[in-house]
Amino acid sequence: MEAAGVSNATDDGFYEATARQRVAALLDKGSFHEILPPAQRVVSPHLKELDLPVAFDDGIVIGEGRLDGRKVFVAAQEPAFMGGSVGEVHGAKLTGLLDRAARDRPDGVVLLLDTGGVRLHEANAGLIAISEIQRAVFRARAAAVPVIAVSAGSNGCFGGIGIVARCCDYVVMTEEGRLSVSGPEVIESQKGVEEFDARDRALVWRTMGGKHRYLIGEADGLVQDSAARIRAAVLPWLGTPVPLDLDSLTQEHARLALRLEQFGDAQDALEIWSRQGVKAPQDLPGLDHEAFMNIAVPLRNSSHA
Amino acid sequence: MEHLEYEFGPWESAKTGGAGATVIAGVVGSGNLEVLIEHCASNGQMRVSVDTSIAGFAQTWQAVMADFAERQRFGNVQLTINDAGATPAVVSLRLSQAAEQWRLQA
Repeated sequence: MEAAGVSNATDDGFYEATARQRVAALLDKGSFHEILPPAQRVVSPHLKELDLPVAFDDGIVIGEGRLDGRKVFVAAQEPAFMGGSVGEVHGAKLTGLLDRAARDRPDGVVLLLDTGGVRLHEANAGLIAISEIQRAVFRARAAAVPVIAVSAGSNGCFGGIGIVARCCDYVVMTEEGRLSVSGPEVIESQKGVEEFDARDRALVWRTMGGKHRYLIGEADGLVQDSAARIRAAVLPWLGTPVPLDLDSLTQEHARLALRLEQFGDAQDALEIWSRQGVKAPQDLPGLDHEAFMNIAVPLRNSSHA
Repeated sequence: MEHLEYEFGPWESAKTGGAGATVIAGVVGSGNLEVLIEHCASNGQMRVSVDTSIAGFAQTWQAVMADFAERQRFGNVQLTINDAGATPAVVSLRLSQAAEQWRLQA
């Protein structure tokens, strides 16, 4: 009998793993049943028209499985196929999985996100897909199925899927994960290098990375990059949806209004951390996980209680 | 894109159990490919279907696939490849990974 939350698979973490490796490492061994597997060849019609390579799964693996015995639905974006981007088929698979969750009511839906956002080659279809996914997230949530987003991949979680992630009940990140809407290069190209230097890795991570997102309450969990730890973070959220009603929305709006008031004029995450009460904000990015959590957890508990 | 098709064999056995078994190896990333192996009724032939983003390497594909087919001798099997510019060495590696999974399918 294996202990709760500990996978017996080889655990190399999620950062460089493929979508299929992530699904296998997250779920109970041998429990995954894929919906629309590769052999069904539901591929992008747009990429074919453009004479570009297609993938059998259009860059997303969806299906059902067990997590510590609990029934879960899972989707995993493949980071290496066109940057994990959302095309028409890719988006429809995600929407379909969420709608199925609203109908079948598993203990949770886990979205392993790793994407730059909409696939520009099929931009209109991809953009429509994003809005469909958002609506489907709320349909699943309205059916009291918790939807859990994970950002632990090499592409991060950007564009419309960044918005989708924050529509979910819970977000869990690793330090390496990133969560935002416009990515670093997009901001730089639109606003200039003075506004945001996309090549400044430290700036990118302290603005969009897991530590900052956890500190300001965008991520509900921050774990080290390992399948077992991600699994352990997800487990307690299964079967425990966050209420989706007027009260919870009003509370969230009040939280965001307060955040804007407190930090709206801050020029850098360092300034935000300082105002949050971090003694040596410049040291935060370099801290190992345990040392960071020793500082971050009490701060979060006092500001998001 | 260039589409290529080959047939090798015939050989008697698919060299795996499971009816309806399929395996997939690799992903369609830059310099990489995915290969899908399935059963098919082809009078013992190993059928190979390749879609590659880089045209003009039919002879190289022929050589790599013939080498793979001769080593593995899977009969009544269909291989389908989506290629995004993998080198012959990467192609061989992914094929070997797929073949290893295929043999392990009960």
